[in-house]
Amino acid sequence: MNAFEPDFATSAGAVDMTHGSGGRAMARLIRDLFHKHLGNPHLAAGNDGAVLTLPPGRVVVSTDGHVISPLFFPGGDIGCLAVHGTVNDVAMMGAKPLYLTAGFILEEGLPLADLERIIRSMAVASREAGVAIATGDTKVVEKGKGDGVFITTTGVGVVADGIELSGDRARPGDKVLVSGTLGDHGVAILSKRQNLEFETEICSDTTALHELVAAMLAAVPGIRVLRDPTRGGLAATLNEIAQQSQAGVILDERAIPIRPDVAAACELLGLDPLYVANEGKLIAICAAQDAERLLDVMRSHPHGKNAAIVGEVVEDKHAMIQMRTKFGGARVVDWIAGEQLPRIC
Amino acid sequence: MKYIDEFRSHDLAEKLATAITHEAATGRDYHLMEFCGGHTHAIFRYGVQDLMPPNVHFVHGPGCPVCVLPVRRLDDAVELAERHGVILCTYGDMMRVPGTKQRSLIRAKADGADIRMVYSTQDALKIARDNPDREVVFFAIGFETTTPPTAVAIVQAQREGITNFSVFCNHVLTPAAIQHILQSPEVRELGTVTIDGFLGPSHVSSVIGSQPYEFFAEEFQKPVVIAGFEPLDVMQSTLMLLRQINEQRHEVENEYTRVVKPEGNLKAQALVGDVFELRSEFEWRGLGTVPYSALKIRESYAAFDAEKRFALSEKVSREVKSCECPAILRGAKKPTDCKLFGTVCTPDNPMGSCMVSSEGACAAYWTYGRFRTNADGTAATKEAAE
Repeated sequence: MNAFEPDFATSAGAVDMTHGSGGRAMARLIRDLFHKHLGNPHLAAGNDGAVLTLPPGRVVVSTDGHVISPLFFPGGDIGCLAVHGTVNDVAMMGAKPLYLTAGFILEEGLPLADLERIIRSMAVASREAGVAIATGDTKVVEKGKGDGVFITTTGVGVVADGIELSGDRARPGDKVLVSGTLGDHGVAILSKRQNLEFETEICSDTTALHELVAAMLAAVPGIRVLRDPTRGGLAATLNEIAQQSQAGVILDERAIPIRPDVAAACELLGLDPLYVANEGKLIAICAAQDAERLLDVMRSHPHGKNAAIVGEVVEDKHAMIQMRTKFGGARVVDWIAGEQLPRIC
Repeated sequence: MKYIDEFRSHDLAEKLATAITHEAATGRDYHLMEFCGGHTHAIFRYGVQDLMPPNVHFVHGPGCPVCVLPVRRLDDAVELAERHGVILCTYGDMMRVPGTKQRSLIRAKADGADIRMVYSTQDALKIARDNPDREVVFFAIGFETTTPPTAVAIVQAQREGITNFSVFCNHVLTPAAIQHILQSPEVRELGTVTIDGFLGPSHVSSVIGSQPYEFFAEEFQKPVVIAGFEPLDVMQSTLMLLRQINEQRHEVENEYTRVVKPEGNLKAQALVGDVFELRSEFEWRGLGTVPYSALKIRESYAAFDAEKRFALSEKVSREVKSCECPAILRGAKKPTDCKLFGTVCTPDNPMGSCMVSSEGACAAYWTYGRFRTNADGTAATKEAAE
């Protein structure tokens, strides 16, 4: 550092237009915040892109934009969410996630202390997940043109031969599993929304799932579908899979794990937990004969201890999700119309 | 969930189903109108119909506040936001209801109108406090349940001297609507709609009590059972109605005793009486003009009446042609009788209000019921049969 430069005082300052101008302020922001916390040889090289050496296998790429409000929520923040979200998308293809890229849109006026907290959180999350943030970009927009910060991350991973995961592979007779309680993330976010705050100990479940996925694939390499039920929850994700596979699913409401406090919050707010977002859960579909073994593996992993078999794939030319209710009747679990909760991830 | 799960018990449901089947084994059909959308929603969401014998039919009533609001009033709300430039605060359900030429609040918002979704009248008041240089209008809709909170907001605004807050009042009354349905030619003369009894409103009754239904139970000789919104409430109330019908009684009974008292909530009634007075008539979607069926803000609170504060233009409001919402709201048709249902009209692209609100019969049919197969494997709707 130049001895005449004052310290980069993140505690007092805020993002201004110069931080996106390409000038010295931007260079310092990148060096003293991004490189400092996310530091790795790729970033340190300071080039326009990163040159990556990948192990053998097929390359998986996935990208995800994060616009969550509020930026900080019980159990996480937009920083770790941006890492987990993309790591999980890569993992749902059966791949080991290796690298991330990160694009930041900063709003003028965002406190630098908040930005530093977010970047630190990204650093911790990416270190824990074993992925390096290899390259990135920063832009600043005028006040009122953003909402603090938006982060887009792209993940790169490698999938081993023999693993064939895809939403169109569900077959009648297959079993549907979930890795844990549903709706935690959405309800945690909602509990902190302006004009809706309520007291709760519910935390977001945001976490990286690739290690759970690796354990599952080691035990049952023939898993047909993996997907993380983020926006739209279990209901939307299963509807997507049903469409892709042109098959129906029958769920058993009694088997679906939902925390009592999440169920209560949803009851109070008129939400259906099946449609509420998750950030640390996955849906797996596998052949019936593999289901119990897969369930055992999931339950013995910390991120899958509440896993359950919740339904079965059936022949259905309408590709609908139906549910046997606890009450003893049946209902359709449809696509959601409109938006149950905007800006949840 | 304590106090909730008890009312969704599968074991009790099976016992009640057996009792209902036994009571209904008379060789006749039973047509029960559930007045409230809350009941419609519970029937579909929990699959209550699957537990009923085939001769017990639910006729869906007009008790969905979003559904019964006429297009004209919605167009007025859009005008308030667009032409008068107010911050329009609305309950979320109203956002997607199509007005004339498919114009909804959500479209107006996308085009730049300042329309904000609120969860309570208190949110609207806060917006008024936070924006003293803007006019803030609360788009008040609903039956007797949502009226007291609107009254509270108006009284509070007056007490605090909040001068930029007003209410576009569309509160309507349940007993007047039920009476109107019973007097309609479809029920009285043509016999196209059979109603043997009513599942009475639950939350509404917690405010107005059970007494207001006594008159028409007697006058029209139709039993009423005030029923809670949980699925076991619906089943227990169905059993009580069947018993009344079989014994040729026509009384007002209260299944929802854990909440509803005969006299209702006197404090809420007094508050509503202080702030509102009867309109001599009000237009309902589906029911047409119903005398003494809605409330307006009293002269003493005129400063908070958006209809007095802003000059709303005369306009020609039109519903979508061939939308059967009106007949569905009267119980004269089922959603599946409408040729728009599931073709042009879906929750993603609603043509009528009944497809928008989760309490609307069309939305309930579509969301929970289409492609449904009965317990015996037969198709429950034409979509399921195709």
